[in-house]
Amino acid sequence: MKTFLKALTVAGIAVGTAGAAQAAEYPLVKPVELDWSFAGPFGTYDKGQLQRGLKVYREACAACHGLERVAFRNLQDLGYTDAQVRALAAEYEVEDGPDASGDMFTRPAIPSDTFPSPFANPEAAAAANNGAAPPDLSLIAKARAVTRGFPTFVFDIFTQYAESGPDYIHSLLVGYQDAPEGEEVQPGTYYNPHFIAGTALSMPPPLSEGQVTYDDGAPETLDQYARDISAFLMWAAEPKLEARKQMGFNVMVFLLLFAGLIYLTKRKVWSTVEH
Amino acid sequence: MSGGHSTYSPQTGIERWFDARMPLPRLIHDSFVSYPVPRNLNYAYTFGGILSLMLVVQIVTGIVLAMHYAAHTGAAFDSVEKIMRDVNSGWLIRYLHANGASMFFIAVYIHIFRGLYYGSYKAPRELLWILGVIIYLLMMATAFMGYVLPWGQMSFWGATVITGFFTAIPLVGEWVQQLLLGGFAVDNPTLNRFFSLHYLLPFMIAGVVVLHVWALHVTGQTNPTGIEVKSKTDTLPFTPYATIKDAFGMVLFLVMFAYFVFYIPNYLGHADNYIPADPLKTPAHIVPEWYFLPFYAILRAITFNIGPIDSKLGGVLAMFGAIAVLFFVPWLDTSKVRSAVYRPWYKLFFWLFAINAVFLGWLGAMPAEGIYIPLMQASTLFYFAFFLIIMPVLGLLEKPRRLPNSITEAVLEKNKASAPLPAASTETTS
Repeated sequence: MKTFLKALTVAGIAVGTAGAAQAAEYPLVKPVELDWSFAGPFGTYDKGQLQRGLKVYREACAACHGLERVAFRNLQDLGYTDAQVRALAAEYEVEDGPDASGDMFTRPAIPSDTFPSPFANPEAAAAANNGAAPPDLSLIAKARAVTRGFPTFVFDIFTQYAESGPDYIHSLLVGYQDAPEGEEVQPGTYYNPHFIAGTALSMPPPLSEGQVTYDDGAPETLDQYARDISAFLMWAAEPKLEARKQMGFNVMVFLLLFAGLIYLTKRKVWSTVEH
Repeated sequence: MSGGHSTYSPQTGIERWFDARMPLPRLIHDSFVSYPVPRNLNYAYTFGGILSLMLVVQIVTGIVLAMHYAAHTGAAFDSVEKIMRDVNSGWLIRYLHANGASMFFIAVYIHIFRGLYYGSYKAPRELLWILGVIIYLLMMATAFMGYVLPWGQMSFWGATVITGFFTAIPLVGEWVQQLLLGGFAVDNPTLNRFFSLHYLLPFMIAGVVVLHVWALHVTGQTNPTGIEVKSKTDTLPFTPYATIKDAFGMVLFLVMFAYFVFYIPNYLGHADNYIPADPLKTPAHIVPEWYFLPFYAILRAITFNIGPIDSKLGGVLAMFGAIAVLFFVPWLDTSKVRSAVYRPWYKLFFWLFAINAVFLGWLGAMPAEGIYIPLMQASTLFYFAFFLIIMPVLGLLEKPRRLPNSITEAVLEKNKASAPLPAASTETTS
């Protein structure tokens, strides 16, 4: 049994090396770890926060960034009614067709449509943005993870840390600052020590105090905007998170009870033999 | 073991009918009910059963995923996201499959290390061991190709790097690489053939598993003492004794599996694989899945030319050699004693080897620069020295501890020793 436990520890450490998979040069400053409502074994999304995040996305991000894997119907997860979703979708025009005469046409979006992208194709997006196409945001909260390093990546298994994406997005959005003395910043880029792939990025600071009006009384600050959009993007990337964690609890309770019963049975079966 | 007389006696009419025509019930009875196992097997011996379970889990979830997956460069990434978002329970099935691959490797590594610790590869079980190494190789090929299918950045660039190894082979290298890729670079033909092979290989694994279990049932299990079964008192029938113990091991393993699937499903993956593959954009650091990292470190440890062998070919040879050496383990170990329990020096080196293997894994995730290169080289050297020098030499020099006369004696001795404090001993309950 001791041998087995040792072997398990060995395997556990080997598993953890996956977390150490990136070089440690960037970002210059690691993301700040925040308390998210969706963290931990019983985490759920804060619907009010997601609604605010959607507002930030529409008013501050959507001009450049697509959200092409999220359909309007998915917004019911945020607490909107079917009628609200239909009204929201109808504010967008999407291309459809060809019609009976072979022509493409535009029509108001319906719930089954996804968010239309701001550019016709990646080339157009790049051309309009200094050569760097703004990435689609549907999966961005799972597509960015800053190296955790040893031994943090081992602890992450036990603390269930799975919020590196939103932590990174939040830190990046609030992390714009003047470059330190002597640091050369390429024209058309903006210094940000939280950026994962260098010291400066092509995206200008997208959010500022008071830019988006909240109607639920939440503070209209840069930090709050950054938190809300990060939470919203986590939902966009992992819409089944709540269902996953709820099912996980049921599965865990079942497996542990089952393990207990099997263990007792095993004790009984083996009680008559020395081994 | 199964060479002994069958104890199966058909009770009902239908059993007799089958037994006279195709004695499948007899085979099952002899293999999984009356099959004798040593009475002193510990939980390290439950991983064979756990691996069989994982193979089934992977095949079942994989078949369902294949119903929704589209093997085309323009559609693969989207189809996987469709599974995650729109297919009923699709997220569950995909996370089970992706994490299942990692669990499979955790289990197989424990299984292999258990074999190394207790000398399970020694005569007459050489073929059993070799079949196991073949399964491991097939698993690696399957896992690698499976990782390519979601067509994310790491899929694409991992495939580019790994198929690039083959160009190091003199004369036929380029040809082999092009055959693997179906062209000159990783593209749609590559994705298509990888999907096809990823579907095929698990069934080949299942086939070799049958041979592995067959070979096992001919020689019988080893056990922690490494002493062969000598009398009937040394063994217990597989059912209920091993069945219930295996079941307990499996459920505990499933708890760990479920923990990853439901709480940290992307922990073992790489964030870059949520970015669609882009042949024009190389990720800052291309790293394979965690279970390949030790070999990736060995590959990159060879930074120097050896005579006519340049560093690239040298690295590839070292990497494949690190697996190939496993085939020769039964003959590299010269010790007459099987189990590390009675081999103090081998036990020490075994644990050093295990620590070194984990360390190699960590190095595999580090960039090949600075201090990491000499560390990789030292670690690689120890890896090979363990098999090629320590194993053969230790067997000749080491003075093993006294062996018990039989499994039964070992069990009774151990229980006698721990008898004064029965509650404190976890060994006896396992």
